[in-house]
Amino acid sequence: MQNSCFYRILELVKTILNSKVPDGPIEHKWRNYQLKSQLINPANKKKLSVIVVGSGLSGAGTASTLAELGYDIKCFCYQDSARRAHSVAAQGGINAAKNYQHDGDSVYRMFYDTLKGGDFRSREANTYRLAELSAPLIDHFVQQGVPFAREYGGTLVNRSFGGVQVQRTFYARGQTGQQLLLASYSQLYKMIRAKKVELFPRSEMLDLVVIDGKAKGIIVRNLVTGKLERYAADAVVLATGGYSRVFRLSTLAIGCNGSAIWKAHKKGAFFAAPSFTQIHPTALPQSSEAQSKLTLMSESLRNDGRIWVPLKKDDTRKPLDIPEDERDYYLERRYPSFGNLAPRDIASRAAKERIDAGHGVGRLKNAVYLDFKDAIEKFGLDTIKDRYGNLFKMYKKITGIDAYSTPMLISPTAHFSMGGLWVDYELMTTVPGLYAVGECNFSDHGANRLGANSLLQASVDGYFILPNTINNYLADEIKSEQPNIDHPEFEKAEQLAREHISKILAINGSKTVDHFHRELGKIMWQECAMSRTRNGLQNAITEIKKLRDAFWSDVKVTGSENEMNTELEKAYRLADFIELGILMCTDALQRDESCGAHFREEFQTNDGEALRKDEAYSYVSAWEYQNGDFKLHKEELEFEFVKPTVRSYK
Amino acid sequence: MRVTFKIWRQDNPKAKGEFRSYDVDGLTKDMSFLEALDQLNENLVLQDEKVIAYEYDCREGICGQCGVFINGRAHGPHDNITTCQLHMRSFTDGDIITVEPWRAKSFPIIKDLVVDRSAFDRIIESGAYISSKTGTAPEANSIPIPKDIADKAMDAAACIGCGACVATCKNSSAVLFTSAKINHLNNLPQGKAEAVRRLEQMTYQMDLEGFGNCSNTGACEIECPEGISIRNIAEMNSSWLRMKLTK
Ligand SMILES: Cc1cc2nc3c(=O)[nH]c(=O)nc-3n(C[C@H](O)[C@H](O)[C@H](O)COP(=O)(O)OP(=O)(O)OC[C@H]3O[C@@H](n4cnc5c(N)ncnc54)[C@H](O)[C@@H]3O)c2cc1C
Ligand code: FES
Repeated sequence: MQNSCFYRILELVKTILNSKVPDGPIEHKWRNYQLKSQLINPANKKKLSVIVVGSGLSGAGTASTLAELGYDIKCFCYQDSARRAHSVAAQGGINAAKNYQHDGDSVYRMFYDTLKGGDFRSREANTYRLAELSAPLIDHFVQQGVPFAREYGGTLVNRSFGGVQVQRTFYARGQTGQQLLLASYSQLYKMIRAKKVELFPRSEMLDLVVIDGKAKGIIVRNLVTGKLERYAADAVVLATGGYSRVFRLSTLAIGCNGSAIWKAHKKGAFFAAPSFTQIHPTALPQSSEAQSKLTLMSESLRNDGRIWVPLKKDDTRKPLDIPEDERDYYLERRYPSFGNLAPRDIASRAAKERIDAGHGVGRLKNAVYLDFKDAIEKFGLDTIKDRYGNLFKMYKKITGIDAYSTPMLISPTAHFSMGGLWVDYELMTTVPGLYAVGECNFSDHGANRLGANSLLQASVDGYFILPNTINNYLADEIKSEQPNIDHPEFEKAEQLAREHISKILAINGSKTVDHFHRELGKIMWQECAMSRTRNGLQNAITEIKKLRDAFWSDVKVTGSENEMNTELEKAYRLADFIELGILMCTDALQRDESCGAHFREEFQTNDGEALRKDEAYSYVSAWEYQNGDFKLHKEELEFEFVKPTVRSYK
Repeated sequence: MRVTFKIWRQDNPKAKGEFRSYDVDGLTKDMSFLEALDQLNENLVLQDEKVIAYEYDCREGICGQCGVFINGRAHGPHDNITTCQLHMRSFTDGDIITVEPWRAKSFPIIKDLVVDRSAFDRIIESGAYISSKTGTAPEANSIPIPKDIADKAMDAAACIGCGACVATCKNSSAVLFTSAKINHLNNLPQGKAEAVRRLEQMTYQMDLEGFGNCSNTGACEIECPEGISIRNIAEMNSSWLRMKLTK
């Protein structure tokens, strides 16, 4: 039965997904697009309303910029304040092709690095636009008061991140995401004061409302009172962040969820490349079963830290007792030209390989060392403190260990979702009027995201791209009827959301939500993370389906729906993660190749590198939801300007 | 490891709250304080009781959403950390741990350990921004900012908005929060044009929200997870005086 279901999924019906990539040479596409796109006069903009779900970099950027343009905006987030969106946690930095370091950088090089970093599984035109808009974005944030690191002379400083050989990363100590988000949050509040944005914190989107095929509103749960509320608008923008909490243990915040995009998927938005998820090589290792989250140690540490494991298996000596010639600096050994700055997918897989081979260190033997001894000798303790002081402090707070005197213990962890709602060049999903920006879409990163490209993507999506594309849709909407919350579709969606919640509360089983989340996490981590196999994925799908049935018959949630109920919130988010997990495994199963973060053990070279198969798999998978099943559509990738090559960092 | 949590329970803003005690067994030293509370909540669910409401999101000390009083101190027994960064190794087997919400007039309790800190957002709304629109920025290196000024702005900008400063202050004052934001922006060349207006409006809003005055005990600096210096307060006060004198 399982097989027949699998083949049904594999019955690939080719659909033409219109990516709406504009004509012209790659460096003119965005300009050509803007020249042809429809405009709306200021008086009419006032009459148009947009819902923005999310207040992270992408959501706050979208909401404040659309408000400046004159649209009427409602913005939602589940935290108590917009300032807490998980963009706040990004440490390392943001890329831009400014070429301030005079080291040969350019828009084209950044475009190429990003495309190659993603293992040639993203759309050329989008990736180029990301690089093109990166420089003005730095201007923008400096103007808004972001205290980026400076040279003594007052100019901006850069550092390197994985997968590139130039210095194009801008940073604000180890708190870059926080500083960018606080700037965006301030701008959002500027527009709240101007009465152009209405913000709804502690509000969670439970469903999308589609009327006559177009996105026209959302159903929201007020997390303080539990009340379900309806909001209508001329267009809806989802900016709800990543879904790596599907693995349970990840670097994401506890509240991060896949629910908003999952509900949109069920209402017709195609889900692209769900299995492309990034495992970050340098997080703190898991130390107990009760662990709820794994803290990231920024990739920037790999600029100066050296990664190693003991040469000898099961070596129990303390790191400082292991002499130099008995250490294996495996990244420097395997990838001499990039060394410790190999891209994330490669660094994570290499760590897993060493750990699985019995060279892991730490109490649970699940970690590798990140060592600053040489850097401290070379640059002095003060320089290292200046560069990474707050990261070392954080490490000490969490582990109680001083990493200036002994190496850090680090381990690979779920971190970022390249996959997300399929969007065209305008960032519109397959549901007209529904847009997706930031981490929740699939747009620029292909099969692997380069470090410091994601703050960039979330910000340019919100500040520069969407405000220039949404007008092309809204210009026609001005003629349609004003959206109304009394429409039967609102009624229906609210009713379904209410029933969904009641059903969860009525189960009254014997196991907690966290129990089921831990189980889901184990399956996903085992079978759908750093390395995947056909058998493993098939089993995972069966196991997750069993888990889904167990959840719906045996979960226990106390309290009621009409109050603040954090247990209930966890439950409905998990219900969606379980379904998403099935789609992720299904996606990983159909892709009989290895590319970027998607590594299928059956498809590797003799020396264990990813074996890509361009003839058969040079497409973006885009899944359509069909009553519990998923139908695959393909957006064939055309490489007009860059010829895909074997991705090598050796 | 086994501890007894004495936790403030309050069903809604109007209800009369009370402390209730809960024994939790099977904890380990490696667990974070919030993971111990998670464990307690799982136990409560299985005993058919309502879970305790407490706040968190990032669990890595940066979002500022967590924050409770633990044994009489904001964010627990150590200086300069958040509640989510506290670990059970800071306690000993058999300890009784008292957990309360932030107590401040301007932070009303919503439920159990959850309070409403939207007053902070309204202070930001009153002027903590640079009024320039998307698309109007000059080239980033066209205005050099000396490293010491950028560093000083960053020191002040690091605030995570958790509210520990207010909660720990005997007057429930929000001047550390407000002054840090004002100094972050007013020290940068980009923020200078609106410096006076920002100072005036943000301090006005702070008073309007009912936060108390500062009596310079420095307690806030010790509990601040980012160690924001009380020098910010002095700097804000002197700018304020200057503003009044020149007006
Ligand atoms: C620990 C960490 C470090 C990182 N470091 C870097 C880095 O150094 N450089 C880099 O480029 N990238 C980094 N990243 C990635 C980058 O931070 C994110 O991809 C990016 O910030 C995402 O922004 P966003 O706006 O898409 O989403 P988020 O900032 O996550 O915002 C999501 C918003 O959606 C809201 N939301 C979610 N679900 C709902 C719902 N159902 N209803 C209502 N609202 C909802 C939330 O409340 C929130 O406001 C890092 C990521 C992590 C986790
Ligand atoms: S949970 Fe984010 S600071 Fe503690």
